[in-house]
Amino acid sequence: MTMDFSVLLFVPVFSITAILLGLFFRGIDRKLGAKMQARIGPPIIQPFIDLKKLLMKENIVPENAIKWVFNSMPLIALSASILVLLYVPFLGFPPLLSGYGDLILVLYLLMIPALALAVGGFSSGSTYASVGAQRELVLMMSYEFAFSIVIVTIAWLVTKTAPVINAFSLVSISVVPVWGLVGVMGFIGLLLLLLALMLVMPAELGRLPADIAEAKTEIADGVFVEYSGRNLALLYLALDVRTIAFSSLVVALFFPFAFTEFVPLQGIVAVIANALFFLVKVFIVMFFGSIFVHVAVARFRVDQAARAYWGPVLLIALIGMALVMWGTVLG
Amino acid sequence: MGINTLNRSLWVFHVNTGSCNGCDIEIVAALTPRYDVERFGIKLVGTPRHADVLLVTGAVTRQMKDKLLRVYEQTPDPKVVMVIGNCGATGGVFYESYNLVGPVDRLIPVDVFVPGCPPRPEAIIEGVVKAWKKLEELEAAGKRKKKRAKEAKE
Repeated sequence: MTMDFSVLLFVPVFSITAILLGLFFRGIDRKLGAKMQARIGPPIIQPFIDLKKLLMKENIVPENAIKWVFNSMPLIALSASILVLLYVPFLGFPPLLSGYGDLILVLYLLMIPALALAVGGFSSGSTYASVGAQRELVLMMSYEFAFSIVIVTIAWLVTKTAPVINAFSLVSISVVPVWGLVGVMGFIGLLLLLLALMLVMPAELGRLPADIAEAKTEIADGVFVEYSGRNLALLYLALDVRTIAFSSLVVALFFPFAFTEFVPLQGIVAVIANALFFLVKVFIVMFFGSIFVHVAVARFRVDQAARAYWGPVLLIALIGMALVMWGTVLG
Repeated sequence: MGINTLNRSLWVFHVNTGSCNGCDIEIVAALTPRYDVERFGIKLVGTPRHADVLLVTGAVTRQMKDKLLRVYEQTPDPKVVMVIGNCGATGGVFYESYNLVGPVDRLIPVDVFVPGCPPRPEAIIEGVVKAWKKLEELEAAGKRKKKRAKEAKE
């Protein structure tokens, strides 16, 4: 397959859009969180101001850090987060790099920011960061299994019931909404899978109740502890873009409906309406998966988080998988 | 992109150098929904590496001297130091005690003093506004210096 040159043109546009949207959604997140705590809260553009400030601050590299690892990890985290967005349907467009990778690749790419954080933490030479990095790895090992079960079940369902060639391709999944492929039993199963995915979301994004790797009040920002200035700005950007990427993935798997399916529109109006509708869907997923959760709960201890993700969450995902398989094979 | 950006995004790190916890509680009060300093972009951070402002409370004890100096060194430039409470400003009730090496401005340069035992949250917020003004002045001075250097070159 030869590389299409229009893709090369679109990649920077998509990356910048992703970063701007990530910052914007972080602003909404902080504002809504403040409103829920009966505060006025920062202005929505606050993340942009913070970013601008961090870029003009001094960038300190600790003396006993491994310098090239310490400096490269924020870049790797950010680029991996942006790369995920190029593989999932975004703003109503099909994935930019469809044909070059599929759902399995997305699964691995989503792992890279967390790994980069852990490696960056270990390389910084601070004990707080080491503790944070270990916690990050433990957390990753806990939620990754439930997450994979959700993804694989959906791919299996698509192979079994829909006549598409590549079941792991996100394009085929977003063309055939999963809800139409199942009976009542499978529908309940899919609901459970969605619930499991939403429960995995805070851990994947490192937000409360699973922000144990950062845990500001106990291990002084954990993996971030030695990062400052430009590197810190890149890390925060990576987290913001990862939030958008993960929400887009949830939308692509479970809510791939386009606005034009409900209201017939033509031309540029249809494109804009689809893009806005997509953003609304992403916002709804973020609201229930992250914003609403992180103002309502306290932090897990790392053993509690591991137990929760290996226990109840995994059980929900497995029951969902069993119901979907039962409904598909017998029904 | 000037120092002015700091105005709307001050990240605060809190150093306790032997305070009785009175001032510390008032600092926490300023962060609560009633005063809500986050609406000005002020945020409490967990490590000096992320901080723009050091809030120092307490008259510095001999044990805390090295730690205070180290935290000051760890904070990336540009930074502002605020001293909250009488103890940090003068020694307060611990004035001339054998175990003090403070007050704070003997060890590190201080930009804003907020007196009180403890100061009210309103006073702390006013102190932050003073810090903004100081940063603006610094920026203006920096601009003048640059302009003069440019003119000298020409």
